[in-house]
Amino acid sequence: MENLIEMESVISVQNLDHFFGSGQLRKQVLYDISLEIRRGDIIIMTGPSGSGKTTLLTLVGGLRSAQSGSLRVLGNELVGASAGQLTQARRKHGYIFQAHNLHGSLTALQNVRMGLEVHKGISPREMNQRAALMLEQVGLGHRANYFPDDLSGGQKQRVAIARALVGHPKIVLADEPTAALDSKSGRDVVNLMQTLAKEQGCTILLVTHDNRILDIADRIVHMEDGKLARNEELAPLS
Amino acid sequence: MFQELQRRTPLGWLQLTHEKGRFLVALAGIAFADVLMFMQLGFQSALFDSNTRLHRSMQADIFLISPQARNLANMSSFTRRRLFQAMDIPGVKSADAMYVNFLDWKNPQTGKKATVLVAGFQPNKSAFDLPEVTSQLSKIKLPDTVLFDRAGRGDYAEMISTVDTGKSVSAEIDRRTVKVSGLFKVGASFIADTTLMTSDQNFLRLFPRRDAGSVSLGLLQLQPNTDPVLIANQLRSYLGNDVRVLTKEEFITFEREYWQTNTAIGFIFSLGVGMGFLVGVIIVYQVLSTDVNAHMKEYATFKAMGYRNSYLLSVVFEEAIILAVLGFLPGVTVSFGLYAMTRNATNLPVIMTVSRAIQVQVMTIIMCMISGAIATRKVQSADPADMF
Repeated sequence: MENLIEMESVISVQNLDHFFGSGQLRKQVLYDISLEIRRGDIIIMTGPSGSGKTTLLTLVGGLRSAQSGSLRVLGNELVGASAGQLTQARRKHGYIFQAHNLHGSLTALQNVRMGLEVHKGISPREMNQRAALMLEQVGLGHRANYFPDDLSGGQKQRVAIARALVGHPKIVLADEPTAALDSKSGRDVVNLMQTLAKEQGCTILLVTHDNRILDIADRIVHMEDGKLARNEELAPLS
Repeated sequence: MFQELQRRTPLGWLQLTHEKGRFLVALAGIAFADVLMFMQLGFQSALFDSNTRLHRSMQADIFLISPQARNLANMSSFTRRRLFQAMDIPGVKSADAMYVNFLDWKNPQTGKKATVLVAGFQPNKSAFDLPEVTSQLSKIKLPDTVLFDRAGRGDYAEMISTVDTGKSVSAEIDRRTVKVSGLFKVGASFIADTTLMTSDQNFLRLFPRRDAGSVSLGLLQLQPNTDPVLIANQLRSYLGNDVRVLTKEEFITFEREYWQTNTAIGFIFSLGVGMGFLVGVIIVYQVLSTDVNAHMKEYATFKAMGYRNSYLLSVVFEEAIILAVLGFLPGVTVSFGLYAMTRNATNLPVIMTVSRAIQVQVMTIIMCMISGAIATRKVQSADPADMF
């Protein structure tokens, strides 16, 4: 039974503490976080600014090195991992940022392709096909050769989602993906994330302030002052 | 490795060409640095070539000079007896004296004073491997008659066209009057704007204080199928140390080394090349660091996606190499034009050589690599954790 939970759990956080700064300025930002996230779940993390949710997200994503406790992501222990191991770990995740962060010199298609190029052993032809298909799926097949400057905010965010998902990551990490969008585009973007994630069977960890999108979550995690405050399981949708 | 390159998005190229205006300015900057380097290198080698042009045209296998000699314009002198002695060595066919000195003459066209180099030799046979000199030997046998370098620097166009019609032009040297009755072509050098050739007798008339027994230069011709190096060695041990024996190559090197080491000219041109190089480094660094700054967010995103530092470094170096190669092309083209202009304006042998083009291209690549290496320090500081 325990073994089964191990396998189901794609993200397993146990007694995780995190500190910023050193010496006199050393400040604890995460206190004794424990959290299990099952495969295929959509978890929304909420909480006021400075509550540590973004820090937790960057630790899970391998963008920061974890200091103490235990943080297992897809079976790899990230506490004490080397810079090289962290880089390897990042390749298994898809990231969606508050700003789209598309490369301005690359077309939509080339931007999406960059999400595949990091993986070895995919031929250029396959990369182009998969990138084009992914853009179709986010409804931007006809904008494949546009530069980001020629796309609207919502379209850019959809390209960013295509870039995050084109490599079929096991985990998608998103930080306020709707913050820069109007309510309709925001809704479209999260629906899209939800649909694609369900299709690919990937887990989504999403940080947001946006109450309008809470309904897509399987579970909502609330953080305050570096501690997990509430951890509520929602009834499955549908 | 090749496959890796093939599947890679040419990010550096796309980044550079996306901002077309900035890209063209960058290429212009590199072209400018290349032109600076080309001009300095061109002038430098022109200096050395132009000062040995006369040496190259001299018809001799071995040269005797005074141990005090510094360059062609300051040959000092040695006794003519050494020339007669040199004939004792088997293999030496002939030994002739040449007298060389500076002289101020009055430009017959403008009436202004100008410095010319005068070379006097026995007019029985030409001391120079120049057809125009050989065919006009009879002219300089006449008293106070000289041949003039048509490729010399200065306002001589009218005089040259008059001489070309077969007439001679009178010119004043101190209180003497000489006739310019023929032309030849060697070219100006940094030593002298132009050169006059005449017989040894005429030379001694122009320089009354010079003595026929003290010669500036000994021109030794050898029998066919003899080894100049071997005979030069025999001459060295036979003639003693009040005269220096040089093969033709050594004589040319002797002149070039004088300008390289005894004057600041070589240093100045090297400094000029260094300045061009530095200008290039600064320009390319500006371009690359602006580009890196403009893309910090994207770079951090790529790192978050799992790209390594080395990938981002390769993008910067890719840009550096593209700039180096594409900036070189206009640089070398403009330099071709400037070389031609310089040749027309100064008669200096400023010529584009393949080896110099390669040298500058390599220097451009090194220049861009240095700038790239400085610019990449910033790339490494792109922190993916700042992205959230």
